[in-house]
Amino acid sequence: MDILNALVAFANFVFVPALAYGAQLALGALGVTLIYGILRFSNFAHGDTMAFGTMVTILFTWWFQSLGISFGVLPTALLALPIGIAVTAAFALGTDRVIYRFYRKQKAAPVILVMVSLGVMFVMNGIVRLIIGVEDQNFADGGRFLISAGDFKTMTGLAEGLAIKGSQAVTVVTAFVVMGLLFWFLQKTRTGKSMRAFSDNEDLALLSGINPDRVVQVTWIIAAALATIAGVLYGLDKSFKPFVYFQLLLPIFAAAIVGGLGSPIGAIAGGFVIAFSEVMVTYAWKKVVTYIVPESMAPDGLVQLMSTDYKFAVSFAILILVLIFMPTGLFKGKSV
Amino acid sequence: MADPYLIGEAMTGGYGGADILHSCTIAVEKGQIAVIVGPNGAGKSTAMKAVFGMLKLRAGHVKLDGEDITALSPQARVAKGMGFVPQTHNIFTSMTVEENLEMGAFIRRDDFADTMAQVYDLFPILKQKRLQPAGELSGGQRQQVAVGRALMTQPKVLMLDEPTAGVSPIVMDELFDRIIEVARTGISILMVEQNARQALEIADKGYVLVQGANRFTDTGKALLADPEVRRSFLGG
Repeated sequence: MDILNALVAFANFVFVPALAYGAQLALGALGVTLIYGILRFSNFAHGDTMAFGTMVTILFTWWFQSLGISFGVLPTALLALPIGIAVTAAFALGTDRVIYRFYRKQKAAPVILVMVSLGVMFVMNGIVRLIIGVEDQNFADGGRFLISAGDFKTMTGLAEGLAIKGSQAVTVVTAFVVMGLLFWFLQKTRTGKSMRAFSDNEDLALLSGINPDRVVQVTWIIAAALATIAGVLYGLDKSFKPFVYFQLLLPIFAAAIVGGLGSPIGAIAGGFVIAFSEVMVTYAWKKVVTYIVPESMAPDGLVQLMSTDYKFAVSFAILILVLIFMPTGLFKGKSV
Repeated sequence: MADPYLIGEAMTGGYGGADILHSCTIAVEKGQIAVIVGPNGAGKSTAMKAVFGMLKLRAGHVKLDGEDITALSPQARVAKGMGFVPQTHNIFTSMTVEENLEMGAFIRRDDFADTMAQVYDLFPILKQKRLQPAGELSGGQRQQVAVGRALMTQPKVLMLDEPTAGVSPIVMDELFDRIIEVARTGISILMVEQNARQALEIADKGYVLVQGANRFTDTGKALLADPEVRRSFLGG
């Protein structure tokens, strides 16, 4: 029995990675849920918007690195992030102007807009691969570890180490700052309130003199910013590969729907629910279990419920359970 | 007599396809209450929507304070001083009472704290519940939020589409009292009502519509006294 080492192993292999992954999913799901709440369709291009924003940020990061500009212990990508956001927001506004606005004017059904976003997704997908290629790109720099496993062991004298990567710390801090700002904006500012009003009751919002074009524009800018931040944080934590970002669409949608589509707080909760489930179901618990149970009962196998290759199956399973038993999600969003 | 403050004159039109309104005229004088009554499907709400610009007129025109506003959008009419309370979906359910009022004042760039205080004076219960989501309130309180939201622009004309639909008789009486109070502040009121008898009792002017056309038009009292109106529309 060694509870302390079990806890440290749990924190190192499950809690910290899932927290960082959850924060990335939550930011992605926030963008999806905002678009759903205001523009009333599921934006399939969101994953590739993340890839696009990350690509722009990477290109500027490389340029900064070649100029010798750095951000100390923090990754240089954070310096390039505002530029990435600006370019992505401009791209999103342009897409809206050229494509989505046409269908909005026709009062197209949501399913048509979903198909339109699918088209936008393929185009963005192609643009990203043309510009940066399909391979893995590594752009993380700055401090590698906040605490390394070795330091932790010498500090505490425990057999297990707890490593917190710099990128994980940056992810969690950035994500919570961004979420805080977003909630402040939606709850306290005139524009934020008008967005909530528009999402709640479009006709009455129009009667109250709220300008729908402005609401839509602000929504795209915020969604693009959230997508870029989520994408860059994910890229710093793991690495950047366009195909992986396309695949992220599933856990992100699962997070948004589990939390309740259209509900920002739900998107955040959903992000963490999905991330913790994925990590916990695919983690090999052998080490943690061995510390807890008496020696004679130590498991021989890996005590892993599913191989990591199946992690998307976990998102899918949760998604289906929620749709069957709680169609409006944990925080009473709109039913799909 | 001069033109009424707001008049929809000889309005003809519908939602595309067949006409619903046939040369229908609705008007309200400054600070007075005008009520539109009639059987189901008579085009009461349609007439109201026509005055507010929510459907296209094939003939006729709408004038506000002598100015022809037939071509203006509903939003532009709000800016001109018209307030409209739809029959359903007339509040932001997920937002607090206070935020509902703020959204009502969205087009105002000046300080609207005074107007909000006036609305709270008129509906004291809303002040108590101002930080509660409007969707959690009772039917009568939601109607008060809806009226309060429309009053935030300081309209000169307030249009109410069945404000007492689905509320209990006691709440209904209270709502009518409040509506009279609003009219006393100089705001003209144009409303559609199912509860014809009570509505005509407080009306300066009543319009009985049948099949999209004016059948009877008179003061509220005279309509209540008219034996034919009583027999046909008020149940004897």
